[in-house]
Amino acid sequence: MSFASISFIIFLGATLLLYYLVPKRAQWWVLLAASYIFYFAAGSWYLPFIVFTTLSSYAIARLMANNSRRESAYIAENRENMDKDARKAYKAGQKKKRFHILLVGIVLNFGILAVLKYTGFALHNVNALIGVFGGVKLGIPSLILPLGISFYTFQTMGYLIDVYRGKTEAEKNPFRLALFVSFFPQLVQGPISRHSDLASQLYAPHKAEWGNIVPGMIRICWGFFKKLVVADTVMIVIKEIISDTGKYGGAYVLFLIIAYSVEIYADFTGGIDITIGIGEAMGIKIAENFNRPFASTSTKEYWNRWHITMGSWFTDYIFYPLSITKSMQKLSKWSRAHLGNAVGKRVPVYTATIITWFLTGLWHGASWNFIVWGLLNCLVILISQECQPLYNKLNKRFPRLTKSAFWTLYLRAQTFMLMGTIRILDVYRNVPVTFKMLGSIFYDGRGWQSFLSGGMLSLGLDISAFIVVAVGILLMLAVSEISSRGDRPLKNRLADKPLAAFGCMAVLIFAILIFGSYGIGFDASQFIYTQF
Amino acid sequence: MEKLIEILTDLHPDVDFATEEGLVDNGILDSLDIVTLITEINDKFDVSIPAEEIIPENFNSAAALMALIERLDEE
Repeated sequence: MSFASISFIIFLGATLLLYYLVPKRAQWWVLLAASYIFYFAAGSWYLPFIVFTTLSSYAIARLMANNSRRESAYIAENRENMDKDARKAYKAGQKKKRFHILLVGIVLNFGILAVLKYTGFALHNVNALIGVFGGVKLGIPSLILPLGISFYTFQTMGYLIDVYRGKTEAEKNPFRLALFVSFFPQLVQGPISRHSDLASQLYAPHKAEWGNIVPGMIRICWGFFKKLVVADTVMIVIKEIISDTGKYGGAYVLFLIIAYSVEIYADFTGGIDITIGIGEAMGIKIAENFNRPFASTSTKEYWNRWHITMGSWFTDYIFYPLSITKSMQKLSKWSRAHLGNAVGKRVPVYTATIITWFLTGLWHGASWNFIVWGLLNCLVILISQECQPLYNKLNKRFPRLTKSAFWTLYLRAQTFMLMGTIRILDVYRNVPVTFKMLGSIFYDGRGWQSFLSGGMLSLGLDISAFIVVAVGILLMLAVSEISSRGDRPLKNRLADKPLAAFGCMAVLIFAILIFGSYGIGFDASQFIYTQF
Repeated sequence: MEKLIEILTDLHPDVDFATEEGLVDNGILDSLDIVTLITEINDKFDVSIPAEEIIPENFNSAAALMALIERLDEE
């Protein structure tokens, strides 16, 4: 059941109605039932996997919590008989035990993800090696990949690590944990929420309030508009360009970079708008996943604004722990002694950054294009880091220029194009083909000639469809700009005036019905991030 | 404290670390800076900052960082 389907709209309406009709203490049971129905409808074979993740994580978290409780009780009982060092040693021993318990949880859950998502990829690579050296190639099994497994596994692992770190309480009720793991609005494409932010809201009673329901509805409509009117329309052009790499080189590839940036932005932020809007309509505040990413003036800033919850997950649970491990610190000391202070200081940071980006790429998909995508992002970030002293000099030497609106615009355009260029690895799904097509921008004169002589209009969209997309882009820019100003989100300001609120929703729905997936010639497709 | 200010100044010479109270919130220290900082602190103060202590509140000012170092040393 895709978000962009009539059945989902009916399901959502029924869930919301029931949610506010049942006694408040039973509201979270409605959410749990709805989440499992939603997931069952997506695929009945997916259920055992999410149930296993929930139950194993419940048991692991309880074991860690029991160990912490015993540790506190033991120290309280024996405080007088223990000196500081004995207390420290006892605590360290208990922490080690908890770490081993956590490790079981991590191996179990990441193990499932690894087997289901990466077995085929690993075997393909083994077979490629066998092809080089000779030998019998291995059979590649066709494994089921449960919808949203990357998202719910990461969210649940974040919960376990937070329990281990003492940042959140272990759930006592397994059904409550089941809701946290499976909460349907964010199950298939995130955001990846933290237990300390989301869980208590899921179980709390919520009154039906205008100030939640109406802004939530506006955001849902806005999300559908972005997805069905902008993203799915632009998708037609993208499909056509990648369908014939011989025909569509040169300027078409440059156009593809821009078009895919628009599509993925409208698709992913649209999906997240729907998710957050549903949460808001239920009185639940779900973490924001975007903060005007295309206003970024550097790659580093872009990654603080795009898919924020995934970025912070990798920073908190992979990058930091990895870069401060004892072995990394030892490596740093060794590098300082043998390679000098400047290099030695960089070793842990750079090693952890490269590993983190490799894993970020792998998280997106089991293929080389995603890994290369991750590593290219890493390369750009590290080069920018090294160029920072140069930028500082530039800022000092030309303060008027570097503080001007023109310079900001230039940096935004540069970041947009750079990120867009790396991103088309995701479109061609083939590393050599992507680089060949990028190269064609510089040498494929025929492609340029064809594009400049009106080839854009032979990509499956007529002039009126391009106008619809252009208006959609302008609207997205305007909403993003207006939302960044003022102390309250635009939808909440609209909700203050019932006429404006319903007028806005009516216009959006009308636009979707006329120009979106339900219009002639359009077809609703899955959200891009559901495949990750 | 002097030793800590020295480490911080080495990272960002243009920042007044004695008065700045939003090192993380104001985007002065990023994740790469924080790891460099932790490596230096672990080395110079002989403490070990664990991952769970890497939160903005502990890194927003030199004073907060010093308090963290002292607390870890005590524990």
